[in-house]
Amino acid sequence: MTQLPDGRYVDDAPYDPDENINRIERAEFDAPNWLLIWRKFKQHKLGLWSGIFLLFSYLMLPFAGFIAPYTPSERNADHLYAPPQMVQWFHEGSLVGPFVYPRTAVADLENFQWTYETDTSRPMPLQFFCEGDGYRLAGLIKTDRHLFCASEGSTVFLLGSDRLGRDVFSRILYGAQLSLTVGLIGITVSFILGIGFGSIAGYFGGRIDWFIQRKIEILRSLPELPLWLALSAAVPSSWGPVAVFFIISVILGILDWPGLARAVRAKFLSLREEEYVRAAEMMGASSSRVIRRHLLPNFVSHLIASATLSIPAMILGETALSFLGLGLRAPAVSWGVMLNDAQNLASIEIYPWTAIPMLPIIIVVLAFNFLGDGLRDSLDPYEQ
Amino acid sequence: MSLLKYAAYRFMTMLLTLGVVSVLVFFIINLPPGDYLSNQIAELRATGQSAAVEKAEFLRAEYALDRPLWAQYLIWAGAIPGPNGFSGLLQGDFGWSFEFDQPVADIVGDALWLTVLVNLAAVLFVYMVALPLGVLAAARSKTWVDYTAAFVGYLGLATPNFLLALILFYYGQKYLGLPIGGLMDPQFEGEPMSWDKVKSILIHLIVPTFVIGTSGAAAMMQRLRANLLDELGKPYVETARAKGMAPARMLSKYPLRMAFNPFVADIGNLLPSMISGSVLVSVVLGLQTIGPALLAALKSQDQFLAGFILMFVALLTLIGTMISDLLLVLLDPRIRYGGRKA
Repeated sequence: MTQLPDGRYVDDAPYDPDENINRIERAEFDAPNWLLIWRKFKQHKLGLWSGIFLLFSYLMLPFAGFIAPYTPSERNADHLYAPPQMVQWFHEGSLVGPFVYPRTAVADLENFQWTYETDTSRPMPLQFFCEGDGYRLAGLIKTDRHLFCASEGSTVFLLGSDRLGRDVFSRILYGAQLSLTVGLIGITVSFILGIGFGSIAGYFGGRIDWFIQRKIEILRSLPELPLWLALSAAVPSSWGPVAVFFIISVILGILDWPGLARAVRAKFLSLREEEYVRAAEMMGASSSRVIRRHLLPNFVSHLIASATLSIPAMILGETALSFLGLGLRAPAVSWGVMLNDAQNLASIEIYPWTAIPMLPIIIVVLAFNFLGDGLRDSLDPYEQ
Repeated sequence: MSLLKYAAYRFMTMLLTLGVVSVLVFFIINLPPGDYLSNQIAELRATGQSAAVEKAEFLRAEYALDRPLWAQYLIWAGAIPGPNGFSGLLQGDFGWSFEFDQPVADIVGDALWLTVLVNLAAVLFVYMVALPLGVLAAARSKTWVDYTAAFVGYLGLATPNFLLALILFYYGQKYLGLPIGGLMDPQFEGEPMSWDKVKSILIHLIVPTFVIGTSGAAAMMQRLRANLLDELGKPYVETARAKGMAPARMLSKYPLRMAFNPFVADIGNLLPSMISGSVLVSVVLGLQTIGPALLAALKSQDQFLAGFILMFVALLTLIGTMISDLLLVLLDPRIRYGGRKA
């Protein structure tokens, strides 16, 4: 753009009489659905930030071993029930960089507890990219590098240590691997069952519909937790942690599908009378093709939103089961297993940091709720 | 169809559902390989106690555990005669608990009533909290009242029940002097009802009710708010306002009635989750409801005890759902008795 001597502005591009002056608006009209959804979703700040947070959390999972200063079952016999340590920057007024003060455990024979004495004369700087216990990065690459760890002779328990002297912070990171994926596997199972049964019931109607409806009603009228308990009690105790983890996620999913199936059925009932469905049938498309190609894509976004809203229930479910000792079991590490240690009032009173794993649970569940709300509000971009 | 007829129809469906549920329950408790007695017999054999083995074998025959599974189910339900003639759930015989070596009915006894009591208290709590808060949040939407209510509601949904229980117990005891654990003071256990006992139970109920009810109240509050907001945007509300009706009277006279429907219909969804919650919370807080007994029975494969408790819990939910359906019909004449015909 240039400014002429008389103060007018003129576009430098050569004038094209054939150019469509509505082009910009045209792009707006033709914008694909996902773009409109994204624009609307961006305005839902809480949902957007929750989404970013969750994405970040899930991306972190493979690198949990790297970020954590300790491995999940590494015991520090000299630091049982150690309270959280602060990372400091200034020692006696001068900048030292991140460091911790070393602590020594002293047995308090009156209360039969360990108390910790902090030696504030010797700052022990944290080390970065240091060697620690071995672990597998993303479950594949064997390595012993950690993002940070304490130097020789000191400890870094950001969130304290538990009854066996294991670092709570590291265990929370490792626990996230199981606690966060339980919901994903569960929701997959629930999706397959829910969409399968829901679409069959809605599309075919009649006797099949009646049968599936009754099944849904029965499952919905039963309290979940006793059923979860009963099903998990049936998992043989000889199975390994991975198998137990898998079967628990499946159990959570098996009892979750009725709600989804109901929503899918209702959608199908209204959509199957549309002309394009009739047309596809006339052209000889099979039922499964009509369901998959013509009906499901109509409300797949709707389903994603409802899935986002039911993942938290599964995370809470896993936590509850593990907490009661019927879900995942040690040596597996999940937030529920960790909270199992904080079962009694004594630990809340004396070692409140053993209950810290509840914070990530609350935050993640809230984030999923906000994300789901945001998605639900923005899924219909044409509605104002 | 008259209301009475509808009630009868609804009752019949409930019985049918209960029948299906009993099959499901029996199947689930028999999922783990082996049963309590065969495990015990194997253990006794290994330690060479033949006298005890005989007793276990006797119990096995007595409770028909040596029959095929379908026959076991029918005997348990009381549909076909077992070794002692008809004695199953239908006849009011709940079976034998191997773990405690007592009839199931003796073990659960009081716990059944306490379970009903705890859940009733929680339902009442949900309504008492959700109704005013939901209305307030909708009437003053987009103000701090609304945002605070939403925040508390979200927090209630996101906090695991059992942790809330522990924390509230701790702080309730520390600052308010509320009692810890149990549903009554120990000296009242097994005592007949008296005024002091009732008082003791009521005080002990405060924290459990709060814990079990919170998430349900949060969900219901949000739904009531959404429904009421929908109604508030409609022209008739504007008309009422325009002719100068007092806001509070207008709110309670028209939109609230419209928004009330799901409030009653929701009991069906609310009850299962509340009973789930009460089982969990009872285990954590050591309440004398059937929760801890269920957990113990499931862990030790005490199948008749576990089966009976699961059936009882299901019955409780089904009755609750039925009552909510009937209330709904009473409340809203637009709902047809025939149910949803697709």
